[in-house]
Amino acid sequence: MHFGPHLLLAALEGLVTSAVLALTALGLSLVFGVMRIVNVAHGEFFMLGAVLAWAISTAISGHPAIGFAAALVIAPLLVGLIAFLAEWLVLRRLNYNPESTIVATIGMLYIIQQLALTFYGPEARPVEPPFSYRILLPWFGYSGYKLSVVAASAILLVVTWLVLTRTRIGLIMRATQYDRETAQAFGIPVERVYAGVFAIGAMLAAIAAVLIVPISQAHYLMGQDPLLLSFIVVIIGGLGSLRGTVVAAVLIGLSDGIVSMFFSPTLAKIIATLAVAMVLVFRPQGLFGTTPR
Amino acid sequence: MADKNGFFDLSRTTLSRRTALKGIAAGAGLALAPGFVRYSQAQSSAPIKIGFQSHRTGIGAAYGRWYEKTSAAAVKAINDAGGIGGRQVELVIEDDGTDPARGAEVVNKFAKQHKTDIVFGTLFSHVVIGSAPAAGENKIPYFVVSEGHHVASTKLNRYVFQPGITDVKSQIQSMAPWIAANAGKKVTQIFPDFAFGYDHRDYLPPALKAQGADVIAQIAIPPTESSFTKYFPQIPAETEVIYHVMVGPAVLTFVKELGEFYGSQRPQLFGFMDSLEAVDINSPGLEFLDGSHFWEGSPRYAQPDDSAAQKAYRAAVGIDDNGAAVGDAKDISTASHMFGCWETLYVVKKAMEDAGYKGPEDRAKLVEATEALKEFAEGPEHPQGPKTFNGKIHQCFGIQNISKVEGGKLKVVHKTKIEDGLYEPEGDYTTQAL
Repeated sequence: MHFGPHLLLAALEGLVTSAVLALTALGLSLVFGVMRIVNVAHGEFFMLGAVLAWAISTAISGHPAIGFAAALVIAPLLVGLIAFLAEWLVLRRLNYNPESTIVATIGMLYIIQQLALTFYGPEARPVEPPFSYRILLPWFGYSGYKLSVVAASAILLVVTWLVLTRTRIGLIMRATQYDRETAQAFGIPVERVYAGVFAIGAMLAAIAAVLIVPISQAHYLMGQDPLLLSFIVVIIGGLGSLRGTVVAAVLIGLSDGIVSMFFSPTLAKIIATLAVAMVLVFRPQGLFGTTPR
Repeated sequence: MADKNGFFDLSRTTLSRRTALKGIAAGAGLALAPGFVRYSQAQSSAPIKIGFQSHRTGIGAAYGRWYEKTSAAAVKAINDAGGIGGRQVELVIEDDGTDPARGAEVVNKFAKQHKTDIVFGTLFSHVVIGSAPAAGENKIPYFVVSEGHHVASTKLNRYVFQPGITDVKSQIQSMAPWIAANAGKKVTQIFPDFAFGYDHRDYLPPALKAQGADVIAQIAIPPTESSFTKYFPQIPAETEVIYHVMVGPAVLTFVKELGEFYGSQRPQLFGFMDSLEAVDINSPGLEFLDGSHFWEGSPRYAQPDDSAAQKAYRAAVGIDDNGAAVGDAKDISTASHMFGCWETLYVVKKAMEDAGYKGPEDRAKLVEATEALKEFAEGPEHPQGPKTFNGKIHQCFGIQNISKVEGGKLKVVHKTKIEDGLYEPEGDYTTQAL
């Protein structure tokens, strides 16, 4: 294949990766930004979104688009509820102590993963995309659904940005992130904000998973790669910064897609990890992050 | 920190005589409970325990489930007919997570803890290679159902056998004449980047060269990969045939993305059924497979000329005419591989009966009796087809099927002969000490 079309294909694949990665990493970034805790179980909320999407779409017969739309609405809500419960039952009791929450969320990771294995099984099961349209370019064909994933992700990122910057809830979240004690002094129910943010973070990961599941199947181990990539994106972009997360996700996603296609996927991961190392050494707060107070 | 509570202060023991007596009584009671007492009758009525190393989880999970179903059906059939040498057979199942390190642990567990007579049932080649040394160290016969060339290469040890399923080198050699004559002469090969895939990578070029065809590109994909479009631009434009054999949870994605990339303007496709085991060929997005060909170990769909033995085997395992579980049309079987479990168990039966196997002390005799086997006739014990067995390399040889995707089903269009897949042995296990 000639270089031009090859680059185009690589860029398209990279965009799809970025789209899903941006949403997932944003969830992680919000949780860290506001709550200052590391959620190692974030990848499992991603996996839960995909598994629940399978369950919902197979339970609803008829045109696959109906099942998919239902999954897109219901699966994130269910995952948000599970995350809310996890936060209330576990993290709150630990007083959000940084080391304890890392250990606790690792435990949550195993519990959720093994519960999925027990009740969902070890197989990878497909979910039908809402529509199958093959876009025919002169050099290769491309899935129309994949492009719609990019569009959907962009819309969701814009909506999240609007909520964060233009609504009262967003204001409260940003205030809590900026200075927890002062926010509490102003009457903001910080505990409730934490619960809500944890749930929203998980919901973002779940939505990303529902979008990607018609492309790859739902499998109980699928949370591991997104977790790693999300951490890379969040560290490079800067914790708690929406702009940083999106920019880093696009960077990592595109480079992953392009390097994978022209060289090898392993090299792409090496480059991404090297980038994290460089950022940690030269600019620890990330590209757009603010140094913590 | 100082021992505030005096846990380590031996002079402050609070163990009274009464407590000690209670503890001893409880321990004795536990030791006498069922499960701890060994069979006190003659050993001949104790069941033969076969340790089944199953891929219950991990990337091989789809196969693990069907391997368990097929093995359970075979054990039931063997037990209903009187067992092995009059003794009933019992399967002890452990999950190896499709992981080589865990596989070695499981073999050790079977040998030391469960004390099974043999270990059986592993499929994924990297797990076989990782587990075989443990079998050799424990001197426990290890009957794998793997397809990898590793047993036959004589690089493992004398305790490892593959008598129920043919190996990749033999399969490729049998396929090569048909591919070169019917599919095309310029072949691009896509394979998984691990042991089993390397067998395909290493043996296809010489086999095709001998038939006047060429492998013009080889693309290795990690078995855990979930997105494949990035590899397709590496397929040269002059490719006449894409040869694919993929494994892992994402095989459906692989085939779908291949279809999205090419559409109907595609090169010829020749795939190994591995790329679609446990996946419905009528899944949305797989329409472009129509007219393409696949290697099948044993046909997934019932064929008009199926033998009575094949029909009985399908009924016993519980698959319908479409190769799906009876009662659940969405649960597609791994038909091209699972027959190996059935046939291997019957080989174990024959070898144990030939050796007059009484217990673990006869394991060496079992190894020698297996090596003495020469052929297995087609029939209820070997429904996939007739086989020959080379005791020096511990590998069987059999027929292969080439099927065409037509009308939503796979139709067998060519069956190879056993001679097509024979090759010169690379070594001799029988010269190794037991």
